[in-house]
Amino acid sequence: MQLTKWMAAGAAALMSVSALAADPLKIGFVYVGPVSDGGWTYEHNVGRLAVEAEYGDKVETTFVESVSEGPDAERVITQLAQSHDMVFTTSFGYMNPTVKVAKRFPNVKFEHATGFKRAENVATYGSRFYEGRAVIGTIAGEMTKTDTIGYIASFPIPEVVRGINAAYLAAKKVNPNVKMKIVWVNSWFDPGKEGDAAKALIDQGADVLMQHTDSGAPMQIAEQQGIFAFGQASNMANFGPNAQLSGIIDDWAPYYVQQVGKALDGSWSSTDTWGGFNTGMVALAPFGAAVPAELQARALEVRDNIANGTLHPFTGPINKQDGSAWLADGEVADDGTLLGMGFYVEGIDGVLPQ
Amino acid sequence: MSEFGFLISAFQSIIIASTPLVFAALGELVSERAGVLNLGVEGMMIMGAVVGFGCIIAGFPPIMAFAFAALAGLGMALLFGIMTLFLYANAVATGLALTLFGLGLSALIGSQYVGLSAGAFPKVHIPVLSDLPIVGPLLFSHDALVYVSLALAIALIWFFKRTRAGLIVRAVGDDHDAAHAIGYNVVAIRMGAVLFGGAMAGLGGAYLSVVQTPLFIENMTAGRGWIALALVVFASWRPGRVLLGAYLFGGITIIQLHVQGFGIAIPSQILSMLPYLATIVVLTVISARAIGAQQGAPRSLGKIFKVTR
Repeated sequence: MQLTKWMAAGAAALMSVSALAADPLKIGFVYVGPVSDGGWTYEHNVGRLAVEAEYGDKVETTFVESVSEGPDAERVITQLAQSHDMVFTTSFGYMNPTVKVAKRFPNVKFEHATGFKRAENVATYGSRFYEGRAVIGTIAGEMTKTDTIGYIASFPIPEVVRGINAAYLAAKKVNPNVKMKIVWVNSWFDPGKEGDAAKALIDQGADVLMQHTDSGAPMQIAEQQGIFAFGQASNMANFGPNAQLSGIIDDWAPYYVQQVGKALDGSWSSTDTWGGFNTGMVALAPFGAAVPAELQARALEVRDNIANGTLHPFTGPINKQDGSAWLADGEVADDGTLLGMGFYVEGIDGVLPQ
Repeated sequence: MSEFGFLISAFQSIIIASTPLVFAALGELVSERAGVLNLGVEGMMIMGAVVGFGCIIAGFPPIMAFAFAALAGLGMALLFGIMTLFLYANAVATGLALTLFGLGLSALIGSQYVGLSAGAFPKVHIPVLSDLPIVGPLLFSHDALVYVSLALAIALIWFFKRTRAGLIVRAVGDDHDAAHAIGYNVVAIRMGAVLFGGAMAGLGGAYLSVVQTPLFIENMTAGRGWIALALVVFASWRPGRVLLGAYLFGGITIIQLHVQGFGIAIPSQILSMLPYLATIVVLTVISARAIGAQQGAPRSLGKIFKVTR
């Protein structure tokens, strides 16, 4: 990983130097993983390619992959800022380095994914993945015959906890008997362990799997054992052509195309975007053949209602796991609470690691 | 699922999770018994993983895929052997470099396998035996590689205890000067042991990418090479104990996932830590028992051998 990183950094530096004389808007991307990860970074790169496809000669993009979230990040961002007009930094851990570098390069526009610190020339953006989880939760609740959904979780951070709660609430709505079994693997990415977790959940009766980890391993296990699963971040149908019911896709392309367009026409300003279905940042993977047409229609209805604002996945009455009241009847959770969510909702078994 | 069905299925998961470790650790054990500490296991494993998966995707039969994976590990080990045995490079640094090199090179080769998936690996069906209730699924319904790994452990026990060649390897590991003095080619024997270790690490890696999770993704060994290294010490350089240690490690890994699924209130981070914690505990117990006996480590382990005359 180190080696590819150095190679990529070297290549990026070379490309930036050779691009100095050119005219187009130069855009740099900093990735936390390899482009080949098939998930998070892969999708950011799809967004980059969409920008190139949209604007052609008017833009020129470079990227540096597998940049760790430490001092390396600041070095790479600085390097890119020296020769680029716009820099996208695509991981939470790049937040502080991005803000720091941005101060020194006031003429460069920065876009930081998933962070909360902004500046005159630093915009932030993130995605409401929980909206997608509400849709797949609906499908899961209907499709499970054992009333048991297995959930492979990565780290107990608000993003992941929010996804679990959203999926559970949606499943519970269509199937009051549904149970959710959650296994934390404490890794974003360990195919072996994710696969083992999938097997454990299936052995314990789960017949529909959800994952908040990045590899296709759980989908493969689901396929082998003849049960169902949902993809994560990217279309994972390759790993389970019969198993995949649908999935959440992180679609950064519309946002990247929009922001670069603003930079090109001079209307760019520092904004904070937390987009969902309404902005196209969250999308659904194609439905699997196993999902009945009637259920597909219902899932799409949930999606459309979320997109047009008539349905919020976190609408009261909802209690916390310990039985204490959280949202009153009809009350909708505010973004602040969602962004810091650190508790399970009522009905979920197990203890949330703190 | 019946109680037995559940237990049997969990048991099979444990065997599968442990087998890559068995291969890699047994290979490293042979290398260390001959006195060579190769910290590049992770790098050799991941090369085996990428080559094995690539062969499957290219349509080779599994036996060829595993053969090429073993060759890939062996090739990496050859590099290590030349560096340390002939050019006297520092073994620790070279081993670490081998790991980094393997991770980078495998990522480069593997970038073409993104999103690809191979089919499930077939299990061996032994007539009558596999059909026995309980015993059948427990003992006679695994894939061929599981039996190979068990046979390997038994063969190595026999090799080191009962054969002259095993005695010579041990002699080279325990006192290379003495072995040299009575006429053995220390460098050649060590090279052979290192190559064997590389081939086994390659097999272990391929087991991960071909059988356990039939896909390849950058860095998918996720530290299993380091666990294999720890297992060798844990096992105090004995093949039987390597087997035991690997199954213990795999067992705790799988059981902790089940504990979570059942909603038992133990923090998952502690559960994730358990296999490593168990390793440390056992290491401590073994070293406490064997103080003064060097815990079974080959006495020339990691020492550079130069022919002085």
